[in-house]
Amino acid sequence: MYSYDHYDQAMVDARVEEFRDQARRRLEGKLTEDQFKPLRLMNGLYLQLHAYMLRVAIPYGTLNSRQMHALGDIADKYDRGYGHFTTRQNLQYNWIKLEDAADILADLAKVEMHAIQTSGNCIRNISSDHFAGAAADELVDPRPYAELMRQWSSFHPEFTYLPRKFKIAVIAAEKDRAAMRLHDIGIQIVQNEAGELGARFYVGGGMGRTPMIAPMIRNFVPLDQLITYAEACLRVYNRYGRRDNKYKARIKILVHELGKDEYTRQVEEEFAHLLSQGIEPPLAELERIRTHFADPAFEDGTKQVDRSDPDFAVWVDRNTHRHKHDSYVSAVISLKPVGGIPGDATGEQIRIMARLAKQYSFDELRIMHTQNVVLPHVKIADLHALWTELETAGLGAPNMDTIEDMIACPGLDYCALANARSIPLAQRISERFDASDKTARLGELKMKISGCINACGHHHAGHIGILGVDKKGTENYQLSLGGSEAEDTSLAKITGPGFTEDGVIEAVDKVTDVYLEQRQGEERFLDTYRRIGMEPFKEALYGA
Amino acid sequence: MIILTGNDLKTGAVTWWNGADWSLYVDDAVDVGEQAEEILAREEALRRVNVPYSIQATREDDGKVRPAHIKDRIRALGPTVRPDLTLKPQSPEAIDWVI
Amino acid sequence: MGHDLGTSPDDVQFRFRDDEVVDHGTVTVDACCDQTNATAVRIEPGDDARVLLPYLDRIALVEVNFPSFGDGRGYSAARILREAGYTGELRAVGDVLIDQLSHMRRCGFDAFAPDKRLDEEDAARAFATWDNVYQRTVDGRRTIQELRHE
Repeated sequence: MYSYDHYDQAMVDARVEEFRDQARRRLEGKLTEDQFKPLRLMNGLYLQLHAYMLRVAIPYGTLNSRQMHALGDIADKYDRGYGHFTTRQNLQYNWIKLEDAADILADLAKVEMHAIQTSGNCIRNISSDHFAGAAADELVDPRPYAELMRQWSSFHPEFTYLPRKFKIAVIAAEKDRAAMRLHDIGIQIVQNEAGELGARFYVGGGMGRTPMIAPMIRNFVPLDQLITYAEACLRVYNRYGRRDNKYKARIKILVHELGKDEYTRQVEEEFAHLLSQGIEPPLAELERIRTHFADPAFEDGTKQVDRSDPDFAVWVDRNTHRHKHDSYVSAVISLKPVGGIPGDATGEQIRIMARLAKQYSFDELRIMHTQNVVLPHVKIADLHALWTELETAGLGAPNMDTIEDMIACPGLDYCALANARSIPLAQRISERFDASDKTARLGELKMKISGCINACGHHHAGHIGILGVDKKGTENYQLSLGGSEAEDTSLAKITGPGFTEDGVIEAVDKVTDVYLEQRQGEERFLDTYRRIGMEPFKEALYGA
Repeated sequence: MIILTGNDLKTGAVTWWNGADWSLYVDDAVDVGEQAEEILAREEALRRVNVPYSIQATREDDGKVRPAHIKDRIRALGPTVRPDLTLKPQSPEAIDWVI
Repeated sequence: MGHDLGTSPDDVQFRFRDDEVVDHGTVTVDACCDQTNATAVRIEPGDDARVLLPYLDRIALVEVNFPSFGDGRGYSAARILREAGYTGELRAVGDVLIDQLSHMRRCGFDAFAPDKRLDEEDAARAFATWDNVYQRTVDGRRTIQELRHE
């Protein structure tokens, strides 16, 4: 994986000092909160309900065991012994003091980490496929391109005060594991007929209050023009994105209002101009970055899993993913224990995962947007030993992609923007479905819960989505069905009137009953919904 | 009653205006009546509190203060999903007060 | 000269040019295109900097107004002018604060007239924030990626 050279390290170190100085000026009163807020946000520091919250960037979700270990230590040293993995493949600490923030950033910098641009109206941390570099089905490893974009987007002088936040995802497989088309820019690395690699650009997707699926605006951008093309996309947005209304300021609104064709025309015009400016990094840089992502030294070994332990076999079936080397798999560590808080891990658990990565996965880990952790390269021969250790640490839940593996944002328990709590719903649903053994019968069912319209819990893209709203001071929940953030991207539709907390849990139970009654063959919940439509579900929920 | 709340600038901790200073405990909050804006402006300028605001609340028969909105009740107690990290870790039933 | 619109030389707190400070009252972008003798122009956030390109030869000062520091359109306006070869003074005016200085400099601004004068020491530190940079812009600095492959 990528490691810093002295230039990268100097950039991050300079940022720590810059932030230390900004925090000093805030505490001395030289900066008002209005002036300081965008600065602290660009270092990932929010003011939430109970304290400051620090969001640490995990570029394209990849980190090594030393970095993971440091995250665990920071949780214990500066927070209350835990962290929360997010749907943007980042980690959040919930109980941070402003006085400590610069010291934490300094600790992070020691392990080549930072919180740069994890918030604010700028280009955010670049996300990617959590199985990148390991998946059997990928064209190439997308992370070198993501890293190139990380550098380009870090402290970009022109694009630091955009109309609104800006999220980019890069993938390189037909199967989309990164919700690519629900990003401001989604890039798929593809191959043209001549066998050359290039970037396919989708622009103007997003969730939030106006969910949209990004249209493709360019089928193939040659790799030696990748940054230039992205710069053109951003410049058109920076100049013409709406700034009169915060809720209409994302690029999806610009693309929608201009129309895809007109937006594309403007980008192409800007692109032609920027090509003449020679802003593209040398291609040799992409080659240099690629060398950092060379495969580890895989060895041939057992290709068959010993399934004699039935509990282990269930975990293998659910929580492993096919690797490009047939003696390995990628193993998913679920952070969704039954009744637990989705995405939370204690400092000790984080250090355990770091150690397991070192022992079993060539020192590497990935964070999934579904708030789980991946050990990307595990020898099939080592799987049982790994699983045994995970079980002991309370990290062995065999529930990937089941209803228990739901995404839930922090919600009103932590978040200043939330209207309703998300976590208690997640806890109760997983307890209920686990107890009735329905989880197994339902198979793949992607459930996503957001505590407000900003949709950090991706509810628009859930096979079943729940959105918490504020109904005259009490929590209320809207149910939606039929969303997907995979390559068959679709947006979920609301079933009808909302529910109380108890009511929405009953409602989830009812819609899953409809599925179990109606499904044909190997259909997933989503497939059945697409075939039979909303009506049977509505009928079950609201009666005649 | 109208009470004032915000977060401590340095630590981020939730605080409540007790008439002279900012307390960690909502039950210390006092009714500021018409003076809300004046106190908020002064205290924020002094950096004794960050992004403060005024809210509706009621003082109950036992003298305890109950903010009108669930968000401020969660702020007053702590995350309902981590009773151990709230201000009343010994009484998990305090969560019921929030809801 | 009057200063009905635009800043006066006295307002310029930082300047990275050796020539005389331009002391012209600025006109709006529309007026600049209409008046053949206008030599100083003020760009507001919604203006299209590109309409000035035919007139750059006669323009000695472009003020780019930042009514609010969070509105970043002026960064693009500045870069567009420099990319088109504009060599006159490019002055950032308005809600110009310490923490935006280094980015503005990188986008081609070479003069700064903040509404409120800035702490000189803080500003000096801000201008010197980055020893090296990741992006090629109009400031002529060689990027980290270029330095790596020299």
